[in-house]
Amino acid sequence: MKKLIELKNVTKAFSSQVVLKGIDLDIYENEFVTLLGPSGCGKTTTLRIIGGFEKPSNGEVLFNGVSVVDLPAHKRPTNTVFQRYALFPHLDVYENVAFGLRLKLKKSKLSNKEKELEIEKKVSKYLQMVGLVGYEKRSINKLSGGQQQRVAIARALINEPQVLLLDEPLAALDLKLRQEMQYELKEIQRNAGITFIFVTHDQEEALTMSDKIVVMNEGEIQQIGTPEDIYNEPINKFVAGFIGESNLIEGIMKDDYLVHFDDKDYVCVDKGFKRNESVDVVLRPEDLDIVEPNEGFIEGIVDSIIFKGVHYEIDVKTEKRIYTIHTIKYHEEGSKVSIIFDKEDIHVMEKW
Amino acid sequence: MYKNPVYKEKSPRKKITFNSAQFIGLPYYVVLISLILIPVILIVFYAVTERVNDLFITFSLTYFRQFLNEPAFIKTMFDSIKLAVYTTIVALLVGYPTAYLITKTKKKTQNLLILVLTAPMWVNMLLRTLAWKQIFEMFNASLLGTDFAIITGMVYVFLPFMVLPIYTVLSKIDPKLYEAADDLGASKLETFLKVTLPLSITGILSGVTMVLLPAATTLVIPKYLGKNRYLIGNLIENRFLQFGDWGYGSAIAIILSALIMVMVYLTRKLDRNPEAKE
Repeated sequence: MKKLIELKNVTKAFSSQVVLKGIDLDIYENEFVTLLGPSGCGKTTTLRIIGGFEKPSNGEVLFNGVSVVDLPAHKRPTNTVFQRYALFPHLDVYENVAFGLRLKLKKSKLSNKEKELEIEKKVSKYLQMVGLVGYEKRSINKLSGGQQQRVAIARALINEPQVLLLDEPLAALDLKLRQEMQYELKEIQRNAGITFIFVTHDQEEALTMSDKIVVMNEGEIQQIGTPEDIYNEPINKFVAGFIGESNLIEGIMKDDYLVHFDDKDYVCVDKGFKRNESVDVVLRPEDLDIVEPNEGFIEGIVDSIIFKGVHYEIDVKTEKRIYTIHTIKYHEEGSKVSIIFDKEDIHVMEKW
Repeated sequence: MYKNPVYKEKSPRKKITFNSAQFIGLPYYVVLISLILIPVILIVFYAVTERVNDLFITFSLTYFRQFLNEPAFIKTMFDSIKLAVYTTIVALLVGYPTAYLITKTKKKTQNLLILVLTAPMWVNMLLRTLAWKQIFEMFNASLLGTDFAIITGMVYVFLPFMVLPIYTVLSKIDPKLYEAADDLGASKLETFLKVTLPLSITGILSGVTMVLLPAATTLVIPKYLGKNRYLIGNLIENRFLQFGDWGYGSAIAIILSALIMVMVYLTRKLDRNPEAKE
């Protein structure tokens, strides 16, 4: 795969407030990259710098190896789907989608008739791609949130950008629609064969759609990796806490493959730490299991049980802390239980 | 045949109740009726009636006929409308960029600039017109009485009425729309022509209406900056105050309103912004 975009030590400060503290990021052709993080982490600013709406205070932005720091948005091979879409309210669906192409064809030598034909062809192609055939003459105000979103995507795709930037495009939709759109976006990305850079604070969205997730916090990249990497091997406490639910425990790495927490030693699969280094340990709720008392590692009492549909969420109170466990078996509140897990389920992380 | 029994909900007894919202509207209705509705009815009444003797009046269109037979009056009317249209155009050409530039500044600066712009309105209009008269006398007294002097005075006085509605509409446009246009390949000029301008038509039309109407009927400005020139406002004034000819004055006023109404209607037809029509 070819490197398409490179950010090199990009920083950004608004007046005195530092928003980005040195971002290094490579984005390849055809990737679905998600910038994930809580609000204020700098993910939208990063996207806006790539799109050309903000200039970095320092650092370099390269497209295909060429610096674009001084190029305005309309000269970059990117198009954007804005948060709340920013559709033109004075134009109908057709004209909204045609907007970019109309401007592009202005410079071509085609006759007016040929231009209109070309526009019609392309607009119907992209309206078909987003499933809005028959809505051409609709006013933007008469569309639902989901439909507006599709118009925004079609409008951004019509100029066939190399990169599509999406700024929390699903945030305004209800849950069901949001889930549908996640699959559709992935599908559109595959069909269009271009790079998508997607900004969200929703970890589930990120896990579902991405080829690569960039987890950000307080203006810094925490971890870059595939959804599996990020979920299974979070690099630090922040990533572990942000992606999925987890039990976070402070521990000590006694030796390679031996970690100590909650007064016990456990065999694990991690190595390469200093002897007796303080570490953070993550135990995912779905990796933990409940067994009869004294059959597991940690003894406790069921503190609460909540039915979540697919599984029960059970809080077990132990001597040191409360563990959250996802299991499909029911356990009476107040009953004595024991917690068990495999050595692969212990994720040891360096302290940050 | 068996019929399902129909259970009727007991219809609540209709009570005449006033909720507070209706009371809030009350002063408005009083003003509307006493200061707008009644005077308009009186004007129409005066215009279409003629006094036969002290006791009887009769319906008649004499005044309208009289007006149409006085070329000097018709010329005055078109002269006034011409000046009003020029004033509106100049005010638009000056006011739109002003409003546009104001929206490009910081919010705090915007408030300050709007304050500065409207500040002259705190001073009596008569004084401001007299000030202009002195300015003209100081530099070139021969300009008094020309279209230039009158239009200058009117643009000066009515400019805020053009800037304010345009500013209001412009400041409400989502800045993301500019970014979207930029993103889709529009240059600054193209963004302005394809996004800003169409979205501000509503404000332009309000501004045009709010300048055109007072400019067409103004009394004070032609009186002081027009030397001996007579505009339609002065003409109507004279019918009432100098000649006591209320009927004729009313008829001219109605003809003028009708013409302006047609013009406003035609400009309104330009508005295609769907948001404004909701």
